[in-house]
Formats: sequence, C-alpha cells, structure tokens
Amino acid sequence: MTDPHDIGAAQGEPGRNLPPLRLHVPEPPARPGESADFTHFDIPAADAAPRPDEAAQPATMRDMAYGLVRVLDEEGAAVGAWNPKLPPETLLRMLRAMALTRAFDARMFRAQRQGKTSFYMKSTGEEAVSIGAALALSRDDMCFPSYRQQGILIARDWPIIDMMNQIYSNKGDRLNGRQLPIMYSAREAGFFSISGNLTTQYPQAVGWAMASAARGDTRIAATWCGEGSTAEGDFHSACTFASVYRAPVILNVVNNQWAISSFSGFAGAESTTFAARAIGYGIAGLRVDGNDVLAVYAATRWAADRARANAGPTLIEHFTYRVEGHSTSDDPTAYRSAEESSLWPLGDPIARLKQHCIGLGIWDEERHAAMDKELAEYVRDAAREAEKNGILGHGLHHHPMESMFEDVFEEMPRHLKEQQQQMLDEWKAAGL
Amino acid sequence: MTDMQQMTMIQAINSAMDVMMERDPTVVVMGEDVGFFGGVFRATAGLQDKYGKNRVFDTPITECGIIGVAVGMGAYGLRPVPEIQFADYIYPALDQLVSEAARLRYRSAGEFTAPMTVRSPFGGGIFGGQTHSQSPEGIFTHCSGIKTVIPSTPYDAKGLLIAAIEDNDPTLFFEPKRIYNGPFDGHYDTPAKSWAGHPDAQVPTGYYRIPLGTARIVRPGEALTILCYGTMVHVVEDTVKAMGIDADIVDLRSLIPLDIDTIEASVKKTGRCLIVHEATRTSGFGAELLAQVQERCFYHLEAPIERVTGFDTPYPHSLEWAYFPGPVRIREAIAKIMKD
Repeated sequence: MTDPHDIGAAQGEPGRNLPPLRLHVPEPPARPGESADFTHFDIPAADAAPRPDEAAQPATMRDMAYGLVRVLDEEGAAVGAWNPKLPPETLLRMLRAMALTRAFDARMFRAQRQGKTSFYMKSTGEEAVSIGAALALSRDDMCFPSYRQQGILIARDWPIIDMMNQIYSNKGDRLNGRQLPIMYSAREAGFFSISGNLTTQYPQAVGWAMASAARGDTRIAATWCGEGSTAEGDFHSACTFASVYRAPVILNVVNNQWAISSFSGFAGAESTTFAARAIGYGIAGLRVDGNDVLAVYAATRWAADRARANAGPTLIEHFTYRVEGHSTSDDPTAYRSAEESSLWPLGDPIARLKQHCIGLGIWDEERHAAMDKELAEYVRDAAREAEKNGILGHGLHHHPMESMFEDVFEEMPRHLKEQQQQMLDEWKAAGL
Repeated sequence: MTDMQQMTMIQAINSAMDVMMERDPTVVVMGEDVGFFGGVFRATAGLQDKYGKNRVFDTPITECGIIGVAVGMGAYGLRPVPEIQFADYIYPALDQLVSEAARLRYRSAGEFTAPMTVRSPFGGGIFGGQTHSQSPEGIFTHCSGIKTVIPSTPYDAKGLLIAAIEDNDPTLFFEPKRIYNGPFDGHYDTPAKSWAGHPDAQVPTGYYRIPLGTARIVRPGEALTILCYGTMVHVVEDTVKAMGIDADIVDLRSLIPLDIDTIEASVKKTGRCLIVHEATRTSGFGAELLAQVQERCFYHLEAPIERVTGFDTPYPHSLEWAYFPGPVRIREAIAKIMKD
C-alpha cells in the first residue's frame, strides 16, 4: 500500500511501489526508408454504410462517425445507399474539374520552381474533396475554405487566369499583391478570403450561416480545415456555436493524414476519428472516403439538404491522403515513407472516377488522354496570358508602393497618410 | 438639443445600441449574458425584448467563437456589436481580432470587411483583482487595421458608440467600468458619486454622433498639457482642480485614429506634457504618445515629458489603490514637471 501523501514518493525517490508515469508521444507507422503499411485502416465495403434520413437525430447515427461512406467499389461501380445516381454530364463535369485542378497545380508548382512566384500548394489526391462538395452545393452557398480547396473555384468555373494573377502578385491581381500566393478571395464565387492562420474560418462560417438563418435567407455555408488544425480552439468554438444555434453549416475536416510533418496522431487520430468529434457536440457526423468524389458529393448533398431543412449542421471527415508536400517549401521525403502515396488504399480520385465513367460506357482512355492534353495546353496558355501581367519579384511596378497603405481602413487615417508620404519622400530623396 | 435626459454611462451605451438597432436592421448584439439578462453590467437590458432573439442573443463562453462568428456575420452583411464581458477575457479572441477582423479588408482588397464594434468593460478600481481590472488597449493600438475608442462621459459614450457602430472598420470600444455609474475622482475612500447633476450626463435621447479621432479639451489651460482617457480624465480633472493649476486637459477619446493635431497644438502652447493612463507602463499607449509629442514638439518642451501609469505588475487585488495611478502620483508628477 502506498501513501499518496508520502513526500518521498511525490518526489520520485526510489523504493516506492507506484509504476513510473510514461508520456506517450505518437509516432507514425513509417518513417523515410521504412515500408509503408496501411493494413491498420479498416476499409469497409463500398456499399456497407447505411444512409440515415437527412433529418435524423445525431444521437441515432453515431456509427456513421466511425464507418466510411463510399459509393465507388474496387471495380469502379457505383453501389449502395449513398449512390447519388448522377447523370453522365455531371460525372464528366466532375472528372474535368478534377483533372483541370491537377493540371493547374502542376503548372503553378512548376512556375514556383522556375522562380515566377514565392509559394504554391498542390491538392494532388485531394481534388475530390473540393470538387465533389462544390458541385453538391448551390452556386450561392458561401464557402470558407482552407488553403487547399482551389478545386472549389475551378468547379465554380472561376477564371484560372484570375487565380494565376493572384499567384504571381502581378498587376492583374485583384488583391493588389498583398496576399501570399493561393490565398484567394473571390466574393462573386462565394469564396471567402483565405487566411494563413489555421481554422479561423470555422467560426466565421458558422457566423455567416447564423446570419443567413437569422435573416430568413435560404443560403447555407460550408467550411474546410485540415485534420491537424482541428486541434485549434477555433474548431471547438465553431462546433459549439454550430450545435447551439443549429446553424445551417457544413463543417469539413480534410483528413489527409499529414499536417506538414506531423501525422494525424498529433491531432488525436490514434484514439478516435475526426468525424467522431461531432458526437460530443451533438452534431451529425459523417466519415467519408475522400478519394471517392461520388461519396463526397453524396455526403455534402445530405448535409446541405439537412441544413436547408433547419435540421442542423453536419461535420464531415474526408478520409484522404496528401500525395505531395505540404507546400513548395516542404520536403516530405524527410519525414515520411516514400511508399505511402502509392500504397494508399483508397486510390486516386481521378483514376477512380475515370474507371467509373469508362464502366458506364460514357468515357474511354483515348478521350481521357485527349482531355489531359487539352487541359495542359489550356493552363499553359492561361499562364502565358497571366504572365503578361507580370510575375512576382520583377520590381515594384506591379502595384504602386504607396498602395500598401490602402485598405487598412476604409478611409486612410492621418498617421498612415504621414507614413505613406514619408516613405515616398525618402525614396525620392534617395533618387529612386 | 431637444429631448435631453439624465443618463449614466450604462444608460447612454444602452441608448446608443437601441438607437442604432432601430435605425439599422443589420445591427445585432451578442455576447455572454447579454440577451434575456441584459448583461452583467445591464448595458444591453431590454434590447432582446425590443428587437427579438434573432438580433440580441446570448453566446457560448468562447471569446474566440464570439469574435469569429462576428467576422462571419459581418461578411454576410450584418453589423455585429459583440460584447466581451470583461476586457481581461479578450485574449482568446486575439487571433480573430488581430489576424482576421483587422486584416480582412486589406487581405481581400475590400471584397470582405468586418464592420463590427467590440464593446468591453475595462480598467480597475472596482476590486476586480487581476482578471477583472486590466487595460489592454495598447495591445490593439499596436496592430494595424483596428480602431480603439474609449469614452469618459455618458454623452461621449453614446455619440462615440454610435459612430463606432456606423464605422465600416472593426472598432474596439473599451468602456471604463469604474465610471459606468458615476464619475470617479480617484479618492477611493470617499462616498461614490453618481452621474446626477454632471453636465456631461445630459444626453440626447435620439441619434447623434461624435466622429472617431477627435479629442476633447476637458479644461483649457496654459500651464501644462495632460493627455488622458477613460476613468483617468476625472481623476486628472479633480487633481488639477485641487492643486489650482491651469492645466490643459485633453481627453483623447480615440487612440486609433488619434487626434494628434489637438495634442500637438496643446503641447506647443504649454511646453509641458504629462501622460496618464491606467494600463501598464512599458510599451503602453503612453509610450507612443510620448514619442509622438517628442517628435512634433521637442523644441517647444520646457521639461521632460512624464508618464503616470499602472505599474508593470498584474493588477493586485488588495493593493489596488497603490497600483491605481491616483491623485497622489498625478500630483507628484505635475509638481515635477512644473518645478523649473
């Protein structure tokens, strides 16, 4: 028997009966040079997940947070209760939007490597998460994205030249060269200004949805964050607000397994799923195969219908894999097994939809190759066009230097006017 | 003006929100305990009854969530007036205020804005201990893109709050809670005064505004300039009166934007300057004032600029009146400045 008040025991002196405490620091299954292993993932059959009613009470559907909503099976057939039964033109639109996103990413990644801009982030392997959701939402629903949902803009047919102008911070950049590349803002596309601070958009989306509800509007909001940043307080504040006011909002967690070099275990994945975060808040939670664009579409549609019916928010975990580095500033070979992306058990979202379309007889390999070629040329031509507006780093002439003082406030206050004038005077005095 | 009414600062603040909710259907009031109960200081009393729960509602206890939600509501097209129950509780909202609300117009080149007014009681003198007494205004004046406004009378509180709500940029409206119900001269051991009979407690019942960025000359004088705001305006005023010194007392009312013209004219006239605030000293707003006065008025100064501020310690509960920059410390500073 141990006396818990024994001072010697409390100070860790030897000779006591208590086992020493141990700190658990998570470690991913595989590091560089090691074999990747995903056998610990439980991947249910594509038709295994039941589809609850859109108005179901969250308490009646908790199993959904631990299962996996899937539609496309291993042969590419659409099966099960979640099959959205989309018409061929929608399927081909999805396919094209995902392929265009990948082509855009390839071109802009290369532009960064060529020194034309400072930074880029690819969404390779995660295209379905953005595009499935964007096509399931109404065009006027408001999106509060994270930094890897460029697919939303592409699915909403936003001009890619406008995106490129932002990436190049050139004179066509509507944001006047103020934002890091890919931190788009496109109000007309229902796309909120992206922040570099993580998950701040979560409570903002809930607030937008609450406003829409309070005003008797019909539009809903959707937001995205990574699994890593579900650890932020903003995530939990947002879930509380969404639950309390039954806000018409869809809370998406893109679980791509990696937050820069930290595997999902550092956000709690060793102990539970991210969809299961919903349970504690009394929110409907769905866990979805994020590499199955039909499953993403179906789940988003379910959540959107639920929100529109005033049945409350939904938290959707998209189970996927970040195939590339976090950004152009990252080198994933330094911290994870190189085998991982090729062994990812849920495949590639474009290849899976392609297989499905071929199986339906509405698509074939030749048309796919032709589409890829056409899209590569399309983004190349757009990039050339955008580059006519300039690229980053070619002097200060894209935006007048004094423009940095604009838009801090609606009207420039006295102290900013003075600083602006001082800067101009100094450059003039220096003969520049 | 017609339809004047005797009001406490609480009543004036309540009236400002009432007037704005009546005029603008996009104005919404939110915060911990602000709805049915009407706020722990009663500032939002009656508003939910009058305007309904869609426009005046209680929130969960997460300041990060309150401000984040207000950013989203602003993006939708509403004009939120969130309350942070005590300024000491504002820190969990810092990221949403500083990185989001304050930067949204800039980073989106005007596509999205955050036209919110964050009301929050601040300052000490109520035996609130270190978590109900702080003056964090200097944290926010250091950040670009957010305005900071602090009233010192019921009349100013209403006119400034209306201007802040109408402003399309995020504004922090810090309310000196020690003077919510009456002016305070710093003599903590004398009976509390009410606003009754105070000339600045006569407040129009309707709409009026005081533009942000305009200071107020509390008392014109020639001997020295005293820059202050909030509760300290009254402490300074009473101390100056007791000393019989001809001070030019400037109530800043707004730190960002700052009415530097009024400050500069005053110091050039008097040649001497004292800065008084309750917030901690190092990197406090007084340091900024001191720098700007020095930059603009150096050749007019006849004595070093002095600061009387809170000490760089947490606000100590039982030693509150040793911490508070009260009459003794202000008198000593004035004497020092006037010595030569």
